[in-house]
Amino acid sequence: MDHQAVEHDVLVIGAGGAGLRAAIEAAAAGASVGLVCKSLLGKAHTVMAEGGVAAALANVDDRDDWRVHFADTMRGGQYVNNWRMAELHAREAPARVRELEAWGALFDRTPDGRILQRNFGGHRYPRLAHVGDRTGLEMIRTLQDHGVHQGMDVHMECTILTLLTDGGRVAGAFGYDRERGRFRLFRARAVVLATGGIGRAYRITSNSWEYTGDGHALAYDAGAELQDMEFVQFHPTGMVWPPSVRGILVTEGVRGEGGVLRNSEGRRFMFDDIPENYRAQTAASEEEGWRYTQGDRDARRPPELLTRDHVARCILREVREGRGSPHGGVYLDIAWIRERLPGAAEHIRRKLPSMYHQFKELAGIDITTTPMEVGPTTHYIMGGIRVDGDSQMSTLPGLFAAGECAAGLHGANRLGGNSLSDLLVFGKRAGEHAAAWAGAHPPAPIGPDQVEAAARRALEPFDRAGSGDAESPYRLQQELQGMMQDEVGIVRTEGQMRRALEGLAALRRRAARVAVEGHREYNPGWHAALDLANLFTVSEAVARSALEREESRGGHFRDDRPEKTAEGATFNVVVRRGADGGMEVIRRPVAPMPQELQEVIDANA
Amino acid sequence: MTTRPFRIFRGASGAGALREYATEVSEGMVVLDAVHQIQAESAGDLAVRWNCKAGKCGSCSAEVNGVPRLLCMTRLEDLPADRPVTIEPMRAFPHVRDLVTDVSWNYEVKRQITPFTPRPPDAPDGTWRMQQSDVDRVQEFRKCIECFLCQDTCHVLRDHRLHEAFVGPRFLVHAAALEMHPLDVADRTADLRKAHGIGYCNITKCCTTVCPEGIRITDNAIIPLKERVVDALWDPVAGLARLVRRRT
Repeated sequence: MDHQAVEHDVLVIGAGGAGLRAAIEAAAAGASVGLVCKSLLGKAHTVMAEGGVAAALANVDDRDDWRVHFADTMRGGQYVNNWRMAELHAREAPARVRELEAWGALFDRTPDGRILQRNFGGHRYPRLAHVGDRTGLEMIRTLQDHGVHQGMDVHMECTILTLLTDGGRVAGAFGYDRERGRFRLFRARAVVLATGGIGRAYRITSNSWEYTGDGHALAYDAGAELQDMEFVQFHPTGMVWPPSVRGILVTEGVRGEGGVLRNSEGRRFMFDDIPENYRAQTAASEEEGWRYTQGDRDARRPPELLTRDHVARCILREVREGRGSPHGGVYLDIAWIRERLPGAAEHIRRKLPSMYHQFKELAGIDITTTPMEVGPTTHYIMGGIRVDGDSQMSTLPGLFAAGECAAGLHGANRLGGNSLSDLLVFGKRAGEHAAAWAGAHPPAPIGPDQVEAAARRALEPFDRAGSGDAESPYRLQQELQGMMQDEVGIVRTEGQMRRALEGLAALRRRAARVAVEGHREYNPGWHAALDLANLFTVSEAVARSALEREESRGGHFRDDRPEKTAEGATFNVVVRRGADGGMEVIRRPVAPMPQELQEVIDANA
Repeated sequence: MTTRPFRIFRGASGAGALREYATEVSEGMVVLDAVHQIQAESAGDLAVRWNCKAGKCGSCSAEVNGVPRLLCMTRLEDLPADRPVTIEPMRAFPHVRDLVTDVSWNYEVKRQITPFTPRPPDAPDGTWRMQQSDVDRVQEFRKCIECFLCQDTCHVLRDHRLHEAFVGPRFLVHAAALEMHPLDVADRTADLRKAHGIGYCNITKCCTTVCPEGIRITDNAIIPLKERVVDALWDPVAGLARLVRRRT
């Protein structure tokens, strides 16, 4: 089959924060680097991140340091995190943030001219470096503008269909460019996956069309292991109205600035259900919560800033029990701070400019005077490719992963702000180790049959155009999203997940009849058809892993097993392709934590 | 639910025509929703570029009823109900297919602008000190989502096709963000005058009008840059002498 061939030492697939940071580091190490973007450069989902990047700079509260950040991350993740990653992340995040400043990022400032930090859910001290509520844009633009001057080849609007392997190691990747629909073969000594999440497996999501679990599925298909796939984060506050914007994120920063959640009775329901392990850190009164958001070091955080999994379930409960807002959410009210703060409207517009803009433009609501309606939205997956904590290498030699598509740092639940720091810390590490691997290993040969088979598979939907029983890729994707939303959502039961697995098998059978019209040039129907296989793989992984974890922990909540078990803290659920081609589910023990890290956790309980 | 008519440009490499579609619309819908619905119902291969659907990534730039807009931030309720909604690709860039254009020229232009060059750190730990008031001014420019609507509307690019000589408003904003960055020490004024062609801008402010981020491109970025260019490239002594001669 006709294709263009390109060769790089290190191929980075995905050009959000993690991919860009990996590419920069690999290029700095002298490797020739190719950077593949599914969209245009600078449009990846990092651009949507609002609240900030977590790093224990201790600019606002000098009691903060890496140990507190580490302990917060482990507590948030309910102790099934890869503790080595949590340690490296907490130790290295401050240097990664300062480095961004050296590359031109302009964070908001403290009165003495240093990087300002804000409060966020699950973080003990104000820790998030930010730029209003558009931190992600600042970060991706800084990395992009710095990166393009470091010498790397950027392949925009290019989708990878399969990884190529040779004798148990990675040898390259095969994909196509969107504009012309031509196949492209990438030979590479090392490959870094940085493809982000799986949000498009759900109907209500903050993720764009790109997030179809590509990296997860590519790695799985190539023989690597995935872990923690049952842990999906449903962000508590997405827009719920109008229908066309349902799921779009409303930053946690709104609550960090003093926004409160109320039900239809006007009650701050988050005070009604405070988990035991957070009670000592949570405000006892509305008054104390307000003081916390205004920087009072002696106050404890309001319950609205409890972890995302918990807040999302509380919102769901209010809605299910009939105390929701008219469009099926609850109220998020920042306008109320008028009662406390002179010039509140101006303050809100300055601190939360894109939220102000978003509600004004899309919902016709002025958030400085009117409460927002919000509800949970699929936002992030803690699970992903199982990697070594130091090098980010997967279980397939030469294949690395960083950012959302890698697993480990966040355990069962990610704290807000820890994803941007994750991208930086582990993007850098993946780039560094991929370059080192590439330097130490010759290119692997690529058998032509792997390439031929991938190309043939990709073109099949065109052959079926016009056939009587043709299925629409758009419809199949919508049906999958509806099913995952209903059966493997915020609250799950065994029966639901079994139904989901049956439903998946049926959808897969129908997907064999997917047909697309037209030709290969910039054809979104074709892309939707090709995305389906990845969506099925990750959806199955989520459902099977969720069945295996017979307890509730973090982002995974089983209505039929609502308690956390002691045993549940001792293993991670891992999936891989079995010898028969089916998905194999195994439990891998959580590695024992070194004494000194355990002491850090105990000291910060 | 009511059905609304749409006219969408279909074709490749500039050749094509507006085609009629109709789809049901509901409260709060934006133009991009309608395009997606049409795609799923009756035009599976209709090409449109999009990502975030929240006005943050700047991918879905096109022209709605002749005006450069983000499809995801244009509500149908805000468009006249008595005629079809016309959706066409941007005109300042080579056409690819349907609503998609080739915007790669913008990426090449950006690479030619002298990158961020900071002064040495202020503190021994390698960090800098900046006041909020110093960063505020530049943060306005850094809000840019690179949708390139300002480039699309700029007559220097759109009508006169001077892509070789003029970088366009987006990259004057980028240059302004670097020139006014509190830490940056590079000097881009000579480039601005020659390579970047700032003189071609005759401050009609069309770019400011279409900016979805509300950046005051002309007033806050381009005019101050023009002043810098004039200040730097005019010999101040000769300038003073001319001024004195005129007065006498």
